[in-house]
Amino acid sequence: MVLVFVEHNNGNFKKTALEAMTYGKKTADALGVECKALTFGNNPAINSIGEYGASEILVVDSEHLSAFDSQVYSNTIADIAKANNASVIVTTHNSSGMGITGRLAIKLNAACGSGVNSLPVVSGSDLIVEKKIFSGKAISKVKLSGEVKVISVTGNTLPPEQTGSACPVTATDVSVDAPKVKVISHDKQSGGALPLPEAELVVSAGRGMKGPENWGIIEELAAALGATTACSRPVADTGWRPHHEHVGQTGVAIRPNLYIAAGISGAIQHLAGVNSSKCIVVINKDPEAPFFKAADYGVCADLFDVVPKLTAAIKKAKGN
Amino acid sequence: MSFLFFKSIRTIFASNFTDLMKQLVCISKTPETTTQIKLSADHTSLDTNGVNYILNPYDEWYALVRALELKEQVGGTVTVINVGDATNDVVIRKALAIGADDAIRINTTPDSAMSVAKAIADASKSAAYDIIYCGKESIDYNGSQVGAMLAEYLDLPYINTVVKMELDGNTGTLTRDVEGGTETVSTQTPFVLSAAKGLAEQRIPNMRGIMMSKKKPLQVVEYSNEQNNTVVDEYQLPSGKSAIKMIDADNMDELVRLLQDEAKVL
Ligand SMILES: Cc1cc2nc3c(=O)[nH]c(=O)nc-3n(C[C@H](O)[C@H](O)[C@H](O)COP(=O)(O)OP(=O)(O)OC[C@H]3O[C@@H](n4cnc5c(N)ncnc54)[C@H](O)[C@@H]3O)c2cc1C
Ligand SMILES: Nc1ncnc2c1ncn2[C@@H]1O[C@H](COP(=O)(O)O)[C@@H](O)[C@H]1O
Repeated sequence: MVLVFVEHNNGNFKKTALEAMTYGKKTADALGVECKALTFGNNPAINSIGEYGASEILVVDSEHLSAFDSQVYSNTIADIAKANNASVIVTTHNSSGMGITGRLAIKLNAACGSGVNSLPVVSGSDLIVEKKIFSGKAISKVKLSGEVKVISVTGNTLPPEQTGSACPVTATDVSVDAPKVKVISHDKQSGGALPLPEAELVVSAGRGMKGPENWGIIEELAAALGATTACSRPVADTGWRPHHEHVGQTGVAIRPNLYIAAGISGAIQHLAGVNSSKCIVVINKDPEAPFFKAADYGVCADLFDVVPKLTAAIKKAKGN
Repeated sequence: MSFLFFKSIRTIFASNFTDLMKQLVCISKTPETTTQIKLSADHTSLDTNGVNYILNPYDEWYALVRALELKEQVGGTVTVINVGDATNDVVIRKALAIGADDAIRINTTPDSAMSVAKAIADASKSAAYDIIYCGKESIDYNGSQVGAMLAEYLDLPYINTVVKMELDGNTGTLTRDVEGGTETVSTQTPFVLSAAKGLAEQRIPNMRGIMMSKKKPLQVVEYSNEQNNTVVDEYQLPSGKSAIKMIDADNMDELVRLLQDEAKVL
């Protein structure tokens, strides 16, 4: 059995959770076994996860699971995995996944593929998965052997597919310990756009902007696209933009469908965080800027001229 | 004399009348960020000829520096630990030059996140560290696994991608990055954390630190890994981007059309 751990918010699943579900379903199909979902906290709407391939959704409802604690979460997932003889456990490689995937592997004495970005290839009793290493400069094929495998899936690995229909929801009774980590508060970033790791469209800008007062044209472009804004490291370091916008090797690593970079030179540490984007557009006035080598489309001109024109063209195309 | 007295009083208050605070920072060695990655002819290993190594930035800039700041505040010791062979001693000495008190090197091949975590757990169990730091990830294999696995082996709380940490007695208040914002949590020592950007500011070692680092203790522990069920089968280089299309600045309609019809991302 393949068990997929999915998080939901009042019955709503994030896209990354649906991707993990589709990943689990395809893995289960390749192995010829069943695929079930596991989630914490009951809500009538969670049966929709069946549309993405779960044959049943197992629910653990406990006040001890209402906030995230890696220890309590992984203990509970491991208990359910054991009780159901799961051979593959799929998680999302996000902030909670990074806390639980490794713990699960130790608890279940399992092989562990973390941050995987390909469906597994079945080779006898082994699974072979791919992941990017050296910040995207190489790919490693990792062989997972043994009876139990834990895989955490990177966002945008595959699109969610609606192949099934709503599934039965089964309340599952396991004892859950009180967490040793207490959540005191949540702080949401301002702005309505999707957070960077989940955004499919990203507009990013660098030192070529000259100063924070010029960011209006970037925000207008992002608004026209419905995109999230990002920036290079020096821009965040000097306080022109908030730190959570910093992408690259030491910032957030993203893989959106579209990454538009204006006034960013394309240093290797910057590329490390963005080179998995499906399509890259670079706007830079220097024809020698290294970013052009990593881009799909390039505009070699003054960004203060190009960006407003691009915004206008997008508005025009959307108006049609 | 009075300075010493003052410091010890502070230390006693801060650590709740228990022992001095012991902190452990897990440090790894990674190729320098601009390294060109080359593969061996059979693609089963990386060609390490001419590769320059550095301390993993998350471990050096954020984890180690926050541990040192806390030590300056409440006293105690900061130990760094690394799993690897003697070629790692250079980066270990750098951590000592930045300010760690002593170092442990576990002399075995770091062949998987699991064996690294197991080795560190075995070496650190009896020492009862109050806070154990890892980096958010090692920038070579980008696994983000060692911290969670180590916490599991030690049966400790684990708080990942931490951007802020304060300690009051035995209670840690930690802010961590989550999708779309941050989350602030509290827990009691001992705990394990992984450090992300923001936790501290990079420190450059000074001459005195470099001189002193040569005399600081570096203990080498022999160790043999257990068998491993997660192994790299093969390495590949990413397929190169197809040639870039340049678009005239006055033809943004064409760019939008290409994004819609050719790249299909809009
Ligand atoms: C260990 C390490 C980790 C790092 N991690 C990161 C990271 O995570 N993320 C990151 O971004 N950087 C990182 N860096 C820094 C990185 O090396 C570069 O210094 C940084 O990315 C440069 O930022 P930039 O492109 O905005 O600025 P610059 O390199 O100064 O480039 C500005 C660009 O704007 C162009 N420009 C200027 N004016 C205009 C105009 N009017 N119109 C159009 N174009 C214009 C210029 O031609 C130039 O190409 C790291 C460095 C190190 C050593
Ligand atoms: N060989 C090693 N020795 C000591 N610590 C390590 C080693 N490898 C990884 N770590 C620690 O684990 C963190 C996460 O590494 P990783 O799981 O490889 O991404 C690093 O930032 C280090 O703090």
